[in-house]
Amino acid sequence: MYGIGIAKGMLVTIKHLFRRTFTVQYPEERLKVYPRYRGQEFVWYEERCTGCATCAKYCPLGIIKIVTHPVGNPAEGFDYYVDVFDIEIARCMFCGLCVEACPYDALFMGTHYEMASYTRQKLVINVDQLKKAKKQPSAFMRPHLLDVKYEEDTSLTPERAGRMWQGRWAGGEKPAPQAPKTEE
Amino acid sequence: MAFRTEPITVNFGPQHPSTHGVFRMRVTFDGEVIVDMEPVFGYLHRGSEKLAEERTYTQVITLTDRLDYVASMSNNLAYVLAVEKLCGINPPERAQYIRVIMAELVRIASHLMGLGFLLNDLGAFATPLMYMFREREKIMDLFEMVCGARITFSYMRIGGVAEDLPPEFYPAMTRFLKEMPGYIDEYEALLRENEILLARTKNVGILQPDKAINGSVSGPNLRGSGVPWDLRRADPYEIYDRFEFDLPLGKVGDTYDRFLVRLEEMRQSVRILNQAMEQIPKGPVRASVPMLVRPPIGDAYAHVEAPKGELGFYVVSDNSIAPYRCKIRSPSFINLTVLRDMVLGWKLADMIVIFGSLDVNMGEVDR
Repeated sequence: MYGIGIAKGMLVTIKHLFRRTFTVQYPEERLKVYPRYRGQEFVWYEERCTGCATCAKYCPLGIIKIVTHPVGNPAEGFDYYVDVFDIEIARCMFCGLCVEACPYDALFMGTHYEMASYTRQKLVINVDQLKKAKKQPSAFMRPHLLDVKYEEDTSLTPERAGRMWQGRWAGGEKPAPQAPKTEE
Repeated sequence: MAFRTEPITVNFGPQHPSTHGVFRMRVTFDGEVIVDMEPVFGYLHRGSEKLAEERTYTQVITLTDRLDYVASMSNNLAYVLAVEKLCGINPPERAQYIRVIMAELVRIASHLMGLGFLLNDLGAFATPLMYMFREREKIMDLFEMVCGARITFSYMRIGGVAEDLPPEFYPAMTRFLKEMPGYIDEYEALLRENEILLARTKNVGILQPDKAINGSVSGPNLRGSGVPWDLRRADPYEIYDRFEFDLPLGKVGDTYDRFLVRLEEMRQSVRILNQAMEQIPKGPVRASVPMLVRPPIGDAYAHVEAPKGELGFYVVSDNSIAPYRCKIRSPSFINLTVLRDMVLGWKLADMIVIFGSLDVNMGEVDR
């Protein structure tokens, strides 16, 4: 008989009347972000960064710009001070390769997702913003952060953010940061 | 009294809701009947193959995400397999299981989207699409747990996957696998016997098996025509030879058969996922491969059964850090070549449905 199939389909639709709503009302209600979420606002720990620019080399788009100058006694080996650390997140695709490549665990992905802006200039994170920003790193490539829960004003210290030295170097202890060799 | 009629040429797209992206069809009508159709594409061309030549092997993974953006995991898998073949790397067993799990999840997600938009084109406006997006959302949640992104995953790496599954993945996956067959039954009850759908799709846009083979069609479109060809069976990559699953085949090769084949394939994917979650071993997920891979001189071709068909990557290495050539054999592009034969003689409204039933993705067509 014509119409049975349509009626069967209608039954399914009617069932949905009595189901729990699946959608959420966004600005009021928010879904939780999973710990590994690769979000905006990169987290950068200045004291760990040696300015080696490995992140800049591994960025598929080349949007990280790093300028350093050597400080300290040349006889003991330079430390490098990071003058410029520009991340042009307007072009960033949040693939996380920079975080994966960072050999000193200085760069983390963020957990935020609301960074719309009216101008393109505001979408370049510079070194001052990185220093001042709240440190709520994501657990992407940093599995020891999987259990960390963030409140509104949490900001992790470098010690709390932890390291993966044990995972990467068999020795266990942190190798002393080596000044990268300058190519002259 | 007889009217003198003339054929009229109409442009569909590139900005048209029925074309699933930026695709243009230059159609010549005689009345309402199609007498000629010429597909025009290239509006989304980004030069992925050329861009790959100036990026390192690891960085190209991010480019493959943008080919078929509703099934990025399959693209990652195909590229990574090609590079592994080139370097002779064997990923650990657990990594292979995780890759299969991801590829099957993304197959379900892609078919949900393909079916939803097909039904949308048919006039079942938005209701089935929204139901299907609800399940797709759950799969996206699983992906977010695992790799931190919802569309552009960049999850697979040369020699394994980026990270191990998080602990929260297992309960969520178990729940999803328990719920999913019920939802697929629901989609079937919703529209499988719907008289309007039957009238619109039965015997419409028949793709003959010989024409499909000659046109190099692959994937659900080929199996809808009744040709039992699936790379998971024909050339088992990864660990697909360890799983039991059936190949759903169509009988006639019409739009309805392609609809049913996709529905049934989702069931088979759930079956594979169940087996994979049972068998998955413990262990490392990544072989020790440097971030900067430098493969020996040579070339390799690897193909996978992506949701849309055979996706292949042909990578040529000249022992530098970037591929010398990276050719992408994308299923959507080749499936489109039979569209003209399928729509000739049908009416305007049928053309939209036939095009929808091919389930092409313009990101992959134009690369």
